Amino acid sequence: MLEFDLPLIWAAIIAFAILAYVSLDGFDLGVGILFPLVPEESGHRDVMMNSVAPIWDGNETWLVLGGGGLLAVFPLAYAVVLPALYIPIIVMLLGLIFRGVAFEFRWRASEKRRIWWDRSFAFGSIVATLAQGICLGALIQGIEVVDRSFAGDRLDWLTPFSLLTGFSLVVGYTLLGATWLVMKTEGELQNLARKYSMISGLGTLILVGIASFATPFLDAQYHHRWFEGTNLLFSITIPFLLAICAAILFIGLKRHHDIRPFFAAHGIFLLCYIGIGISFYPRMVPPDITIWAAAAPEKSLQFLLVGTIFLVPIILSYTIYNYWVFRGKVDKEGGYH
Amino acid sequence: MFGIDAIDLARMQFAFTVSFHIIFPAFSIGLASYLAVLEGLWLWKKEQKYIEVFNYWKTIFAVGFGMGVVSGIVMAYQFGTNWSVFSDKAGPVIGPLMGYEVMSAFFLEAGFLGVMLFGQKRVGPRLHFFATLMVAAGTLFSAFWILSVNSWMQTPTGHIINAAGQFVPDDWFNVIFNPSFPYRLVHMVLAAYLTTAFVVGAVGAFHLLKDKSNKNARLMFSMAMWMAAIVTPIQIIAGDQHGLNTLEHQPAKIAAIEGHYKNVKGAPLLLFGMPDNDEAKTLYTVEVPRLGSLILTHSWDGELQGLESFPREDWPNTFLIFWTFRIMVGMGMIMLFIGLWSSLRRYQGRLYEDRWLARAAVAAGPIGFIAVLCGWVTTEAGRQPWTVYGLLRTSESASPLNGVEVGGTLIAFILVYFVLFGTGVYYMLRLMAKSPEPVPETTTASLKRASGMTGAPSTFDHSQS
Repeated sequence: MLEFDLPLIWAAIIAFAILAYVSLDGFDLGVGILFPLVPEESGHRDVMMNSVAPIWDGNETWLVLGGGGLLAVFPLAYAVVLPALYIPIIVMLLGLIFRGVAFEFRWRASEKRRIWWDRSFAFGSIVATLAQGICLGALIQGIEVVDRSFAGDRLDWLTPFSLLTGFSLVVGYTLLGATWLVMKTEGELQNLARKYSMISGLGTLILVGIASFATPFLDAQYHHRWFEGTNLLFSITIPFLLAICAAILFIGLKRHHDIRPFFAAHGIFLLCYIGIGISFYPRMVPPDITIWAAAAPEKSLQFLLVGTIFLVPIILSYTIYNYWVFRGKVDKEGGYH
Repeated sequence: MFGIDAIDLARMQFAFTVSFHIIFPAFSIGLASYLAVLEGLWLWKKEQKYIEVFNYWKTIFAVGFGMGVVSGIVMAYQFGTNWSVFSDKAGPVIGPLMGYEVMSAFFLEAGFLGVMLFGQKRVGPRLHFFATLMVAAGTLFSAFWILSVNSWMQTPTGHIINAAGQFVPDDWFNVIFNPSFPYRLVHMVLAAYLTTAFVVGAVGAFHLLKDKSNKNARLMFSMAMWMAAIVTPIQIIAGDQHGLNTLEHQPAKIAAIEGHYKNVKGAPLLLFGMPDNDEAKTLYTVEVPRLGSLILTHSWDGELQGLESFPREDWPNTFLIFWTFRIMVGMGMIMLFIGLWSSLRRYQGRLYEDRWLARAAVAAGPIGFIAVLCGWVTTEAGRQPWTVYGLLRTSESASPLNGVEVGGTLIAFILVYFVLFGTGVYYMLRLMAKSPEPVPETTTASLKRASGMTGAPSTFDHSQS
């Protein structure tokens, strides 16, 4: 075991868990964000919700793994980041409650009151996404730490940059949700989803562009990582790959491909995520705490790693099975309600 | 904020969110197992009533489970937001256990919940049963890990403390199977089963009172009363053993539960009283001589340590612990009584005839929840003033908190939880108020055709609303 760089392996696993969360819960949050844009009378909202009802819970569990995993293997990072992002984190949790309960409550309410759970679903999705994006921005900006503890001001997280990342994530999740609906629905709703995929796709690219240009100038570290030495190679490759994904997305939408836009949108997310990863590495909490400084003692890392190697493949296989069971287009009667 | 410390607000926030949360898992641990039993019986005996009762409770389960999930995510993050020093120090020990909980339990539940709730038409009955079993197993794995974490905080073993003041795992077996864990696990799982049994019993009884020939209501009532009769006595024994274990490892908690401030030989059992930490005595007591010593030391004149044997700054909130413990035990006694009463009626062949038994069962519907909440308050408030018992004080565990932040979010939690979860509970009650009518065979056939699904077996998904 000793030859392995356990903290680095764990950083990769946590990064994977967060990526899995963003990709998976991202599209079902996106479906929630799109709710207000789809007329209530059309009945499309039933289909939208049914398309994610059997899988959202599993998607959100990655968020719990991100939090629980961080506590387990990077307790210092967990202990510094959460107090620093106190308000956005709790707002996110409350948002997730508003949307999570709507999945069942919507079908339990009387016809007249259903609209309130539609609102709860949309409001919760938007608020949770905005808060997640703000957390991301605040983290990129860096957290002030003294003596293993958050030492900044309690509103440090609130800046134009974090609002920009918050808004970008809302638009980005909308893209994931809209392309999901392109893949899972038919007819009028699919056309609507295609339209929103176009708009949010454009919006995502523009916002990602603005945020990317801003990031390297936030502090010298980022500038260094992006524009010097061999890293420059990455810095050029990523925008290039981004352009390819964007092309697949828009051409796919134009030519009425069902599945390609969804994966192209995820490609865009993956590339942005790698970009953020490049900016962060080798730090866990910018600007000061590195992966190795934040790591738990070796015995903790080893113990959980044994189970992770064994359990994560099993989790992935039954997750895939679950998606397989509910494959294909959703129809109105397909839900159990 | 309002003259309350930020740390007290943080404690209130944790107490509030965790108390609300535990209501749902306590119910879903029991209900998931019940659903698995019902579906298994249906596959085995092929009697329609089992799957009808299964479908009835499945819908209720879905509503409760959803609330458990979203209130649970809050818990995973509150350790960090409000108790960051505790997280930094205890994270290396409790974090991996929670990691195992997520990977072995939460994913398992979530991964198969979709198939269990929505997949009856898409997978065969055996695969569907497998999904139900996985959901039930997930709830039990979850209980295993989280109770191990909680028990380690109560009776920490298997760790060393490093230079940064962190708890570092030394022997994982001793961390996981710490001294209070087996007792707490058994006590809590049985509590969840009883809680669910009394809810199911209440619903069965409620519908029996309207129509005692309703065979689905009979099935629910009969199964629930079996549970009450068999599991309650086991739970009382488990609780007693748990108490003895606590006496060994956390004697101050037992002193507070008993309301004893001074060391006494041949201690009485205080049935009621008003423990007062300021005066260091329990006022207005109603007591049974020597019974306290008999229960805890199994001897008429065994000596019990009073709180005065412990430093004043290590005392918990005695009044709270004393009373919540008595309420919990009281609920247990009601359960025992109903279990015995129903056994007598069953023996007489009048289980469904005694309307007073049915009325009592309806009234007893929520007592499991009351017992669970009170029991948790006893054990958690009894751990105070420590987060890691005897090693890390609560006052030294908190985040660099700000009263306005903690107070503000506490109010937000209270409002959101009461409105949303209050509505959820109302929906659950409304579902329970609906009669579990047996579905006539002819309707089954026509609904089956009307469902419009082709290919997949759809023989057993007909009683959905």
